Amino acid sequence: MGNVATIIMQRLLLGLLTLLVVSIVIFLAVNALPGDFAELILGQGATPEAVATIRRDLGLDEPLIVRYFGWLGGILRGDLGVSFAQLNFRTNLGGAGDVGVIDQIAPRLSNTLFLASVTAMIAVPVAVTLGVMAALFRNSVFDRVANITTLSSISSPEFFMAYVLILFLAVLNPLLPSLSNIYEGMPFSERVEKSLLPALTLTLVVTAHMMRMTRAAIINLLASPYIEMARLKGMSPMRVIVKHALPNALAPIINVIALNLAYLITGVVVVEVVFVYPGIGQLFVDSVKIRDIPVVQACCLIFAAAYILLNLTADILSILSNPRLRHPK
Amino acid sequence: MSTLLKIRDIRLEGRSDEQWNPIINGVDLTLQKGEVLGLIGESGAGKSTLGLAAMGFTRDGVRISSGSVEFDGIDLVNASAAVKRGLLGKRIAYVAQSAAASFNPAHRIIEQHYEGPTQHGVMSKADSIADGVELYGKLRLPNPDEIGFRYPHQVSGGQLQRAMTAMAMACRPDLIIFDEPTTALDVTTQIEVLASIREIVEEYDTAAIYITHDLAVVAQMADQIKVLLKGDEVETADTRTMLAAPTQEYTKSLWAVRSFERPTKPAVNTGAVPVVSVRNVDAAYGTVPVLHDVSFDIHEGRTVAVVGESGSGKSTTARCITGLLPPKAGEIAFDGNVLPADYRKRDKSQLRQAQMIYQMADTALNPRMSIGNIISRPVQFYTGLTGKALRARVDSLLDQIELEPTQYYNRLPSELSGGQKQRIGIARALAAEPKFIICDEVTSALDQLVAEGILRLLAKLQDELKLSYMFITHDLATVRAIADEVVVMKDGRVVEQGEKKAMFTPPHHAYTDLLLSSVPEMDPDWLTNLLQERGVDNIGDAAVDKM
Amino acid sequence: MMTILWIAGVLLAILAVAWAFRWAGQKATSNAPGFRDMPLSVAFGYVFGAALLIWAVRFYFQPTQTEQGVAVASVMFFRWAVQGLIIAMIAAFAFKQFGKYVGSAWSRKLFRSMPLTASFGILVIILYSIVAIFAGAIAPYGQAEILGAANVLPGGDPALGGNPDYPLGTDNIGRDILSRLIYGAQNTVGIAFVTTLLAFVIGVTLGFLAATLGGWLDQLLSRGVDVLMAIPSLIFALLLMTIASVWAPRLGIPLTFFMVVIIAVIDSTRVYRLARAVALNIVVMDYIEAAKLRGEGLGYLVFREILPNATAPLLAEFGLRFCFVFLTIAALSFLGVGIQPPLADWGTMVRDLAPFINFAQFAPLAAVTPLLAAGAIALLTVAVNFVVDWMLHKSSGLKE
Repeated sequence: MGNVATIIMQRLLLGLLTLLVVSIVIFLAVNALPGDFAELILGQGATPEAVATIRRDLGLDEPLIVRYFGWLGGILRGDLGVSFAQLNFRTNLGGAGDVGVIDQIAPRLSNTLFLASVTAMIAVPVAVTLGVMAALFRNSVFDRVANITTLSSISSPEFFMAYVLILFLAVLNPLLPSLSNIYEGMPFSERVEKSLLPALTLTLVVTAHMMRMTRAAIINLLASPYIEMARLKGMSPMRVIVKHALPNALAPIINVIALNLAYLITGVVVVEVVFVYPGIGQLFVDSVKIRDIPVVQACCLIFAAAYILLNLTADILSILSNPRLRHPK
Repeated sequence: MSTLLKIRDIRLEGRSDEQWNPIINGVDLTLQKGEVLGLIGESGAGKSTLGLAAMGFTRDGVRISSGSVEFDGIDLVNASAAVKRGLLGKRIAYVAQSAAASFNPAHRIIEQHYEGPTQHGVMSKADSIADGVELYGKLRLPNPDEIGFRYPHQVSGGQLQRAMTAMAMACRPDLIIFDEPTTALDVTTQIEVLASIREIVEEYDTAAIYITHDLAVVAQMADQIKVLLKGDEVETADTRTMLAAPTQEYTKSLWAVRSFERPTKPAVNTGAVPVVSVRNVDAAYGTVPVLHDVSFDIHEGRTVAVVGESGSGKSTTARCITGLLPPKAGEIAFDGNVLPADYRKRDKSQLRQAQMIYQMADTALNPRMSIGNIISRPVQFYTGLTGKALRARVDSLLDQIELEPTQYYNRLPSELSGGQKQRIGIARALAAEPKFIICDEVTSALDQLVAEGILRLLAKLQDELKLSYMFITHDLATVRAIADEVVVMKDGRVVEQGEKKAMFTPPHHAYTDLLLSSVPEMDPDWLTNLLQERGVDNIGDAAVDKM
Repeated sequence: MMTILWIAGVLLAILAVAWAFRWAGQKATSNAPGFRDMPLSVAFGYVFGAALLIWAVRFYFQPTQTEQGVAVASVMFFRWAVQGLIIAMIAAFAFKQFGKYVGSAWSRKLFRSMPLTASFGILVIILYSIVAIFAGAIAPYGQAEILGAANVLPGGDPALGGNPDYPLGTDNIGRDILSRLIYGAQNTVGIAFVTTLLAFVIGVTLGFLAATLGGWLDQLLSRGVDVLMAIPSLIFALLLMTIASVWAPRLGIPLTFFMVVIIAVIDSTRVYRLARAVALNIVVMDYIEAAKLRGEGLGYLVFREILPNATAPLLAEFGLRFCFVFLTIAALSFLGVGIQPPLADWGTMVRDLAPFINFAQFAPLAAVTPLLAAGAIALLTVAVNFVVDWMLHKSSGLKE
């Protein structure tokens, strides 16, 4: 067991290191902005005093490395800074705005996580079942139709899927609301109903990916000599699948799921914009448009962290499910 | 005796390029209870497909187009899936070529062992485990009480192969199909597996079909031999008759391969400078030491065979000579001059003097280059010839390897057979006009007849061009055919070296002796005699372990 | 709740019919192997498929107008979809037949073994290329030309708010939608193509160098790529676009140019990974060893020995990368930070025209325009994917 523990520790450290380097990359990217933040925040007509205030507030006089560690320390304390919009407001109007980026992001992050979990709950079982079926009945009519459908579905941009679904499920047959204006304190059932259309859109895209990958993984597995051996031992098709294929399929399937959940992160941005869903993706895009750097920076870091975490989880789970590593020589 | 298996005029087809192509064209096969049939043929003869068809099983993309398979009165071609499942594993069992790939990595060996008996309702789990442990003992696996409770990756290849034989025996079937069970093993491991398979098949009076391409192996195992060629039966006879007097031309030519042997060359003049001299070489991959103090000389016009099992350091020695793996200590000298250790530091004239021919002709030739380009590149690179002179040189090289230039110049490697590809590899080596060629297992991926052609060609070229060969091989029959001197390696050390004649006459170094004695011979009594002579515990890996 | 019960009931009914179907089949064919060894799940699949087909046919032939003369939009959309599918199939089939008899022996052989999806893909790619290259000649108006009437509905029927001069109508500031769709092919596809090309030049060069030279260069590049790939690509692109949008006006370089470079760099990491992996598989081949031992230089190794053997996987990857880049650019434009006006581009068009979808009940045609732009994106990526899928299938099939 010691062997596995060491490998997992290594992966965890590597994941942490990657995250650290990613934070440096994001920080440097933002600091590659020309001129002064202060000017950017206040626009062209800023007074010198206002600029000076902002400079002092942001600590722009300090060297790059000090600012980085200040930023990093802030993140670790849960302080992601103050958005430019807030800063502008505070500086120009003298108000004591204390709404930090973290307060802006927190409720939206939970909304996005809600959307992602609804999607995962529908997509994962459907995709894995369909993928296994396509692999079992490969080259059948079902497999061919599934192949063309999934290929078309992963090829379509998310907004195409979204509008087609809106057209059919919201406009032509008013079954579901096309706007997902959810708010805090909304009853759970209503929340689910309002999230259903964006969740369905994401499901369609993610399911197609996941199903294709599951199919490929299972077919790969079914070609292995030990599956043929099990069949030559006269085992029933059910037993071949459950007893011989499944334990070995776990690692690839876990990988497929994690990869696609990571893919959700990107998909969520566009879908939230289409359905005006108040999640972190929409906040991100809005901030990009108004160049609100602290928010962009924070969202970016959160997306990257989620992405790294998912890949790390997949990595660790597939190590745990590998008999060669669990039972070393 | 009663008939167990009756195959009549079976035809099998495989799907490729959107159409069905024949694999087996109407073969008959009859097997009595308790009889062992050897099925031999070269690659592509359809042996495995036929073996599986005897179980009523076809792989994906293969179908039985006509004919019948009758096992103990049951029609396997038309039987329902459920009926076949009831027979497979219980009355007909299978032993695959690669045990490492055919055991499920997720379950312990014993779990896979008792799966058959419990699922088929032959034995209870406890009985089957006890029986498995007993079988492991009979097959002389080390620690039979404990070995089954390991996972497949924790057990060595030869041991897994025996565990798989035990698994096939689990339900005490009437028939076992052995599909090349020892092909992937070293000779010393092979002999152990062969001995235990034979013993257990005899003990339980199980009928078997033993599929292999190795005549000497099948001679030990089978009562009857059937020879296949490209999906057709060539001849069938009982083993002794077949060995003594084959009737068909093809079979005769297979037998004749074993008799090729070069005349002995005169001994080297004392004081002659060797073409290549390996002096006290130590080498390592990273920090793992692989070679220890390896030294030998290769003289002009002579062949030195470097022999050993996998992992003995044969190929690593070649990498040290070519400079791909600079040695940690020691040096390589060419015509008496020490070469730079790293090939990147050697100049063109040093590089061209040592050429290499590879085991897998498929990976040795760039699949996107025409034969003409493959051969003309080194000619141009080393001699600077261009235009007509270049073409003339390439044509003469193709003539030397006995391929018609006009016919082959523009072809791609994929349009050539295995033996032809290997010849192109030889031509590419010759193009540099070297004095010395390393032949790395050049015949081991080829069928016997083709391999013999390559060996004869190499011998002819050596006589014509005064070439020196370093011949890396694990096959002692090849050594006997072509070598002048032999170097035996084990665990990165040279254990014995000398003239071929001396090497093949006792007394030997203990390991050389074991190696030589483990090579199956074309005598049906060879294994029996060997076991009597040495005892079951003094053959194969068991004997190596004692050293 | 009722819906779930309904679905369960229907599935159970299908299962019962499937069981009966198999049983009847066994009796009728006196236990032919096909029916005898058929699992219930397969029988279920057949019956389910048949039920779906019957429903589709019935739905297709429902009237497109209610008795009161109101258009039933869902039936109309369904009919358009089915007709589109049939036309696509016929076109693909005709194209395949054409390819079978025209062209060189090599291309004819290729067409003979080609599935319908692949020939459809090739046909679409050819059509898109023609439209993209000759956009200026085909489009009736300029892409930024503001015409007389805004918000003209598509269909060209004045009675329904259309105008025969603008068959697909005009947008909210009066630009011809058809012309913009055609120019969109030039802009969106052209920019995506250039970006992919750039990503490939960077990725393949570095990947091959890393694989052939190995050592510290390989370590440095691979670790760098690992880090860049740890940030989801669309997110990273959005971050960099934010920064670029500040730089662009100061430097006087169009933002679109920055977008091309940013996406190319981000995507080159994926290309690098593949190119390196492909090259590593080739580098271990004996023929590379033979060339090295001959004393060949790096240039010969890369261009004569490695590259010719890497073209097939790289070509397939080019197709996939193109789709990815194309979708990323479309997404950025849709979000408003991609290709900038006045250039016509499909992503932006979808965003601008999206509100029309809400009129689908009253004017089915009006709702089509935003979907046309989105569908134009989808159609090309689907086509490329079909071709790549076939190429991958073919190259993996040859190995067997």
